[in-house]
Amino acid sequence: MTIGNDALSQPLRQGEEQPFLVRSLGPREYALDYVQRLRGGEMGAIPGLLGLVVLVILFSFLQSGFLSAYNVENMVIDGAPTIIMAMGLVFVLLLGEIDLSAGTASGATAVLAAVLLVRHNVSWIVAALAAGLVGAIIGAFIGWLRAKVGIPSFVITLAAFLSFQGVTVILIGGGGSILVTDHTLLALESASISDYMPLWGGWVLLAVLVLGYAAVKFRTLTKRRSSGLATEPNEVALVKVAALAAGGALFVYYMGINRIVTHTFLTAGQTSEGVPWIVPFLLILLFALTFLLGRTRYGRHVYAVGGNDEAARRAGIRVDVVRVSVFVICSFLAALAGLVQMSAQAGVNSAQGGGNTLLLAVGAAVIGGTSLFGGRGRVIDAVIGGAVVEVISYGMSDLISGSNGPGWQLIITGIVLLVAAGFDAVSRRAGSRQ
Amino acid sequence: MSVDAGPRGASEPILRLRGIQKSFGPVSVLKGVNFEARSGEVTALVGDNGAGKSTLVKCIGGTYTIDEGEYLYDGKPVHVHSPRAASALGIEIVYQDLALCENLDIVQNMFLGREEVTGAARTLDEARMELLAGQTLASLSVRTVKSVRQKVSSLSGGQRQTVAIAKSVLWNSKLVILDEPTAALGVAQTAQVLDLVRRLADQGLAVVLISHNMNDVLQVSDSIAALYLGQMAAQVRRSQVTHTQIVELITAGRSGDLGLTSSATAAVEGNGARA
Repeated sequence: MTIGNDALSQPLRQGEEQPFLVRSLGPREYALDYVQRLRGGEMGAIPGLLGLVVLVILFSFLQSGFLSAYNVENMVIDGAPTIIMAMGLVFVLLLGEIDLSAGTASGATAVLAAVLLVRHNVSWIVAALAAGLVGAIIGAFIGWLRAKVGIPSFVITLAAFLSFQGVTVILIGGGGSILVTDHTLLALESASISDYMPLWGGWVLLAVLVLGYAAVKFRTLTKRRSSGLATEPNEVALVKVAALAAGGALFVYYMGINRIVTHTFLTAGQTSEGVPWIVPFLLILLFALTFLLGRTRYGRHVYAVGGNDEAARRAGIRVDVVRVSVFVICSFLAALAGLVQMSAQAGVNSAQGGGNTLLLAVGAAVIGGTSLFGGRGRVIDAVIGGAVVEVISYGMSDLISGSNGPGWQLIITGIVLLVAAGFDAVSRRAGSRQ
Repeated sequence: MSVDAGPRGASEPILRLRGIQKSFGPVSVLKGVNFEARSGEVTALVGDNGAGKSTLVKCIGGTYTIDEGEYLYDGKPVHVHSPRAASALGIEIVYQDLALCENLDIVQNMFLGREEVTGAARTLDEARMELLAGQTLASLSVRTVKSVRQKVSSLSGGQRQTVAIAKSVLWNSKLVILDEPTAALGVAQTAQVLDLVRRLADQGLAVVLISHNMNDVLQVSDSIAALYLGQMAAQVRRSQVTHTQIVELITAGRSGDLGLTSSATAAVEGNGARA
């Protein structure tokens, strides 16, 4: 007999409670429920968002020009590679794994693309596809070593971290750097050339974003209500949509300001205004990956394997396939991050993707709320955490001047990462009853 | 050997095992085990450590394939070579260590690996899953959890057991095997889970309950099967035995005229000693 299906058609026995049915939460109940979740350790993006707001307010007082349109644009452009890499790391971290090679993999694939572009004169699309493909292959190899051979991911990716640095040096050869001039690739980050979305494009983007978000939100709410399930109140959903619209409008308006800083005969008549092209690029990635993790069976299986791989195996999930797949996604996104970084620098050098590239991306994911223990995290965490990392970096750059400035910046970022990891560990304990 | 004849006028058992043998290399773990489970009944499977309970359950569930013997399901001989094959027949096993994902909520756990999807994009049908999960719990009169969207990490041991059991009946299951469901629970929670076990049988499922706790066994079962060193000492009606008799069947393989003959136990013991 199918109890589940029978229950649909058969009424419950007389006097039986229906504890889970038809409960539309009022705003008060919703708030109480929410507070309870927070206390249970499900803080999600709250600490990251709060930290971001506090830091922005702090730095806007401490440093003049921190919130200038010019500075904001640069933070967006500079933060993009970190955010994209962190999005990939979220998948790996969800399984409780780590990919230490994401940084140098991004460097090696970007150098590969640059070599193809400059020395072999292929079109930008071929170069980008090649980089992405190589990234995916790298991920498949790492995943295979982890899932089938059984080497801890820490060791595999530490080895890969070193090797890819070597690959970068060898690919670049004697010169030490390659300049990239392809217009399409450079426009991605708008850094070395003033190529932005047209002003109307920014507003169209915003309209699509807000209307799309509202449509998805209210469709879900309607569906749940018609099934008689508990939902968040309309007011809360409206506030969320309104907040997105307001925040987005402010950003688009701000990016519409002409940011030409120096007025010389070279820049006369030139404008530097509009939303950077990287913003729609980031939004597409955010949407696609959030959909993948949150709305598909695959995404559910990623969370399950991260939570309890034995339970996942018994439920018929192919754990090894899931494990390989997250490394493929991570390395593929690392390759994309590498291309974006190449665009920002208008070229590559022999240290591409080295240094603290990887640590900032891991930091971004963790600060945003992704757990290092696996099983908890979302793609938006990468965006929030990446923003925090970037705000710290820009806010500190003026604040601590002198030759030790960059040193202090690293120390502060390290401390923030440690605090975030501490939050993660403590909230994990708070959430568990056993 | 005494065999449970079943209640008067009862139908064919849903599961009937005849002469099941299973060895691991030179070690013979199951030596011709007979076992039956009927729909609408709780069949307790008892036995000391190493008697072969887990092996028998894994043979039923398809984790191990049997070396020899008859496996009749719904009156027809079947070959169960994998857990998937067992699921397809409607056999679900709730393991002692639960196999729940703490980071997922109740609905997500109940549908794990068998998520419902909707539309051309095959997106998760959360509303439908939540509805079905809620109704399944309601049909089992489970009232101890506040919301089906609670994460499993926030549930108590008894609630987790409840979720694991409810998960097993969400599917077209006909036979549910529970491995020590009350082992880690307190008194009140044990009562709740036993209540649930009884209700499963009342809903028409065949329930096999593995337990070390004689009070639990005597309280909820209709039929009791006692394994002794890889042999079925006896499968008897609950109403026909006392606590003492069950303990004797478990520890000595026989009790009065119930159980293995003395020569059989001697042979088994000798065998066991060699192994």
